[in-house]
Amino acid sequence: MSAELLTLFWDSFVETLIMVGAAGGLATVLGIPLGLILTVTGPGHILPRPVFNRSLGLLVNALRSTPFIILMVAIIPLTRLLAGTSIGTGAAIVPLTLAAIPFVGRLVEASLREVDAGLIEAVEAMGATPLQIVRKVLIPEALPGIVNGLTIMLVSLIGYSAMAGAVGGGGLGDLGIRYGYQRFMPDVMAMVVVVLIVFVQIVQSLGDHLSRALDHR
Amino acid sequence: MIVIENLAKHYGGGGAVGNAVEALAGIDLRVEAGEIFGIIGRSGAGKSTLVRCINLLERPSAGSVRVAGRELTALGDAELRAARRDIGMIFQHFNLLSSRTVFDNVALPLELAGVDEAEIEARVAPLLDLVGLAEQRARYPAQLSGGQKQRVGIARALANRPRVLLCDEATSALDPETTRSILSLLRDINRRLGLTVIVVTHEMQVIKDLCDRVAVLDRGRVVEQGSVFEVFTDPRHETTRALIRDVVGQELPAGLLERLAQPHLSTGGRLLRLVFTGAAADAPLISVLTRRFGLDLNILHGQIDEIQGRPFGSLLVLMEGVAERRDEAMAWLVEQSIRVEAVHVG
Ligand SMILES: Nc1ncnc2c1ncn2[C@@H]1O[C@H](COP(=O)(O)OP(=O)(O)OP(=O)(O)O)[C@@H](O)[C@H]1O
Ligand SMILES: [Mg+2]
Repeated sequence: MSAELLTLFWDSFVETLIMVGAAGGLATVLGIPLGLILTVTGPGHILPRPVFNRSLGLLVNALRSTPFIILMVAIIPLTRLLAGTSIGTGAAIVPLTLAAIPFVGRLVEASLREVDAGLIEAVEAMGATPLQIVRKVLIPEALPGIVNGLTIMLVSLIGYSAMAGAVGGGGLGDLGIRYGYQRFMPDVMAMVVVVLIVFVQIVQSLGDHLSRALDHR
Repeated sequence: MIVIENLAKHYGGGGAVGNAVEALAGIDLRVEAGEIFGIIGRSGAGKSTLVRCINLLERPSAGSVRVAGRELTALGDAELRAARRDIGMIFQHFNLLSSRTVFDNVALPLELAGVDEAEIEARVAPLLDLVGLAEQRARYPAQLSGGQKQRVGIARALANRPRVLLCDEATSALDPETTRSILSLLRDINRRLGLTVIVVTHEMQVIKDLCDRVAVLDRGRVVEQGSVFEVFTDPRHETTRALIRDVVGQELPAGLLERLAQPHLSTGGRLLRLVFTGAAADAPLISVLTRRFGLDLNILHGQIDEIQGRPFGSLLVLMEGVAERRDEAMAWLVEQSIRVEAVHVG
């Protein structure tokens, strides 16, 4: 492989890293509160708000069921507003984040729901406020599950980021398509696939490791 | 300490009275300060609902709950949270946070109350000593036995220095030996701290070993209450009898009783149960009956036991002899404050 190609490879890898890192980070920061709200406003939970909960659930489902490639194109005006441009790595972060937030929200919600109602009751009996219940019980108890959810989200983002080429986002997936497929360079394609596999493996093992370290059950 | 008046709780139904569950109705209870008060009843009788109404984990549908002079049903959210710090609670399944160590579990109620770190250390350490878990302070609940977990639960419930401790089936997940050690811990705490304790259980042995007074719930109503000694030695309600059958006054199997008694009954003998409590429990009454009244007594079954440190016993006897002397003997027994019940067979 030529030096030129290697540079290209490295740049693509960095682009993937930026897209996945930034979108993953933003989706974590925004998705965890979303998951919390979905949970605590649910029926029988600490702050039940049935109408609000159902509406938010519908919105989340709508976002989740829109195919990523369509979402990316459909929100171009929003992307331009937020990123200042509708093409490039930075621009790709917007749809990636928007797709990942509801995904994280649902995964976080699932982990929070697994927290035994008995624990919530025990701290309610101690006189805990809803906010204290969230901070002292729900999040710490669900943390291993939340970390698992975030790992799943990152792995999915690595896959989604391959489609970012459609808006000029670059990244490894784009490299594979442009060189490996369109220019008939099977070795580049193979290389891209291998790197992605290794990348996913690393993310997954780090996530598993962290989740296990946090789990005292 | 706890005064419950005309308490009722319905579940569900959504306005349609027909399918609402009436879990509790017309409950009146008074629990005095420093007392250990038991609540028994069949499954579904409403025991858990009743204790959960005491700290308002369950909102009563009607009636009032006063704890330490404070009317809980009238409090707003913030006041209720403050009032709950006066009421500790322990649970059948312990409900410890798996993400926290033993120490941090016990510290939790103090953190919630905004107690500072130095004070938390100063208060948690003696509690861990009290429940015998000082060495396990850095362990996680998953690394503890059931009995140890319940000790953490107890220490946690005591952290805010409550005046009342609610126990819902606190020993039901534990083996008999561990149960005994938890009960003696509870008794110890009750004595040392003067804590008022409410114990819900389906284990009559727990009531017998631990409680001062007991209330019997049946289908959401209190059908009998009194000192454990009275209720257990002289149960009035059918449900109470059924519940305590296994811990007091064990009966002979009906078939065996009939086979033993029938030959004597047909020749004029009488089958009696003598129930004696207190001082009468160790009087030599059989020999007195034989010598003084010239009766023949055949003991079919007997037992002696102790409730709250007071002995009581029962004897199932076949009494044969002259009818007049038998009547004199019965009068004498009653004079000795021995309860005499005729037993029917077949
Ligand atoms: N959240 C609820 N919704 C509807 N009905 C309920 C609810 N909780 C309890 N009940 C009903 O109220 C009644 C009393 O229940 P409770 O749990 O207080 O009984 P219990 O005496 O504690 O029984 P157990 O010995 O099995 O624990 C039961 O008929 C039960 O089905
Ligand atoms: Mg119960």
